[in-house]
Amino acid sequence: MSNHQNQPRIKGLPASLNGIVIALPVILGYLPVGFAYGVLAEKAGLSAVNTLLMSIVVFAGSAQLIAVGLFSAGIEPLTIILTTFVVNLRHMLMSAALSPYLQGWRKRELAWFAYELTDETFALHATRLPEDGVSRTETFAINAAAQAAWILGTLLGVVGGRLVTDIEPLALDYALPAMFIALLVMQLNRKTEVAVAVVSGLCSVGLYLAGWDQWHVIMATLVGATFGVVVEKWIK
Amino acid sequence: MALVTYIPRVFPFLLLSGRKLPDLVISWLRYVPPAVLAALLLPSLLFSDGQLFLSADNLFLWAAIPTFAAAILTRNLFVPVLIGMLVVIVGRLLI
Repeated sequence: MSNHQNQPRIKGLPASLNGIVIALPVILGYLPVGFAYGVLAEKAGLSAVNTLLMSIVVFAGSAQLIAVGLFSAGIEPLTIILTTFVVNLRHMLMSAALSPYLQGWRKRELAWFAYELTDETFALHATRLPEDGVSRTETFAINAAAQAAWILGTLLGVVGGRLVTDIEPLALDYALPAMFIALLVMQLNRKTEVAVAVVSGLCSVGLYLAGWDQWHVIMATLVGATFGVVVEKWIK
Repeated sequence: MALVTYIPRVFPFLLLSGRKLPDLVISWLRYVPPAVLAALLLPSLLFSDGQLFLSADNLFLWAAIPTFAAAILTRNLFVPVLIGMLVVIVGRLLI
């Protein structure tokens, strides 16, 4: 645990407001991507209520974009649900990574924290939670600010979606692939991970060409992850 | 949707009692994120309307280059998305 204060806190401000200050980069990111999600959902035919509900109840930016993209492509619900689950599995590891810093939290607080965990808030918490004497109020404020920004972005997107007749000039249809790229790069820390990505990507393309257009993602993932552990064992 | 999102997030906290997963399982799970993201990404770049689109006209594929660069350089989640979208916007205006 380090005492070094590496967060942009403002002296004299209450923890809740400092939470918002710390969360600003995430807020600025969530507004446009939430907007893209809102518009895409509206275009895909999702009702405004469902779109907003997803942002409120699910709160998983990348998973929501993926789900909407798959939904637009006409992929059946079961695959979407399974894909969402697999994509969100990384959150299991994130939760595990943060759990040492949440010792002593009440069950209710842990449940709430887990619900609000996303890639972006994880990145923030991973650097600030190891500090001594971190405020729990600040932690919750960060999560609340992030989700508020996401919901607001979604709302703007849903409303703006009615006005946006063509998503192409705004390149909203590229929000999803671009997000995959960004998330993928964040995962590529070891050579084995790059190899897994290549294998999995090619498998996915191959399976799709072979006609497995519903299950290519999951099968490719299983192949890729297994390839990863095999290579890892083989190297040792 | 909410359930499959929430379960992976809360599951480790429920296991706070200290039970650890076997190393092999943990290793396997660590490869799932890059695998699934690549499996989702590559088709979205290479296919258009269900057909393989390996031509110089594939704007999504071209835009992936600066997007990747931005992702590698900034290690940020949203900057590459915004840059990628900008490149596509400009690309569409130019074509």
